[in-house]
Amino acid sequence: MIYGTAILAACYLVGLTLGELLGAWMGIKANVGGVGLAMLLLLIARWVLRRRDADKPLLSGVQFWGGMYIPVVVATALQLDVHKALGAGFVALLAAVITVLACGLLVRWINRHEPVLAPAPPEGSNVHD
Amino acid sequence: MTELLLKVVTQNGLITAFAVVGLITVLATTLSARLTAGRVHASAIAIVIGLVLAYYGGRATGGSKGVADWTMLSGISLMGGAMLRDFTIVATAFEVDPRHLRQAGLLGAVSLLLGTIVPFVVGVAVARCFGYTDPVVLTTIGAGAVTYIVGPVTGAALGASSDILALSVSAGLVKAILVMVGTPLAARALHLSTPRSAMVFGGLAGTVSGVTAGLAATDRRLVPYGAIVATFHTGIGCLLCPSVFFLIVRAWMS
Repeated sequence: MIYGTAILAACYLVGLTLGELLGAWMGIKANVGGVGLAMLLLLIARWVLRRRDADKPLLSGVQFWGGMYIPVVVATALQLDVHKALGAGFVALLAAVITVLACGLLVRWINRHEPVLAPAPPEGSNVHD
Repeated sequence: MTELLLKVVTQNGLITAFAVVGLITVLATTLSARLTAGRVHASAIAIVIGLVLAYYGGRATGGSKGVADWTMLSGISLMGGAMLRDFTIVATAFEVDPRHLRQAGLLGAVSLLLGTIVPFVVGVAVARCFGYTDPVVLTTIGAGAVTYIVGPVTGAALGASSDILALSVSAGLVKAILVMVGTPLAARALHLSTPRSAMVFGGLAGTVSGVTAGLAATDRRLVPYGAIVATFHTGIGCLLCPSVFFLIVRAWMS
């Protein structure tokens, strides 16, 4: 359990540091893609370890945190300032609604050749909510 | 007795948060099975319950952190905060198939750029229709429509006033909420079924919390693909909005 969690933590910290460096290099006050870079690092780590047949001890630790993702998002929803957001005034509401509609139409257009329904889950994947 | 229980619950905030979210999940799973015969995903219902409770929390306490402003539930802000959110998102990458990433990488990048430009233009246009003419204000509201992080970062960089910052955060927050709730409902219309389509969606819809919650409530397997694109959204927005976009808006208004 701890091996997976530790590898995950290492990738997370290195990824976020790279994101900060990227931001500083571009001269902006934000982390540029740190989480995305951490995800790529984790993929690379898994690939390297799998080639040596050493990725088994990692599985439970990483999958535990991956499975905690949805509960964490529920907690995120619980602590958003929904009251203020919905009462902030018509400009904010309208800007958000039009943005979502416009982007939704674009997604639909770009994805027009994709199937509507998801393909059957692959063998052995752990699909749960 | 009640006092003792309250003390334990308050002093162990994060653990309390796990228990509370567990309870909400049980409720959501029951509602999903009994009322909708499983058609509406339990996670979608759990997220909506979360948002509704956050609304009442904010109304009752007058605070800015939803239910986390009740001392008893302060652990919710740790569990749902950026640290654990990003940590668990990274963990989902374990199930990513690198081949899909390579195939759709360029498309994801294009979507990401469109997902920054389109919300910004819409935000600026709406603010302009409401009579704002100050380029700083227009840019800050436009940036808020990109994500609720880009808005205040841009506004702070340009020196916008705090009420405009609040407006900008709200625009991004409403967008995130709409994406969270709307994605599972619109999944068929958006053709959200493959890793490729999820990456396009992640780029265009922006807002990490909205995208990943929306995808989680649609098809859990798509979460990492949407997330890996969407996490670049804030960085690109913070890069473009206070610089290039601001200069364009200023040139347009003068």
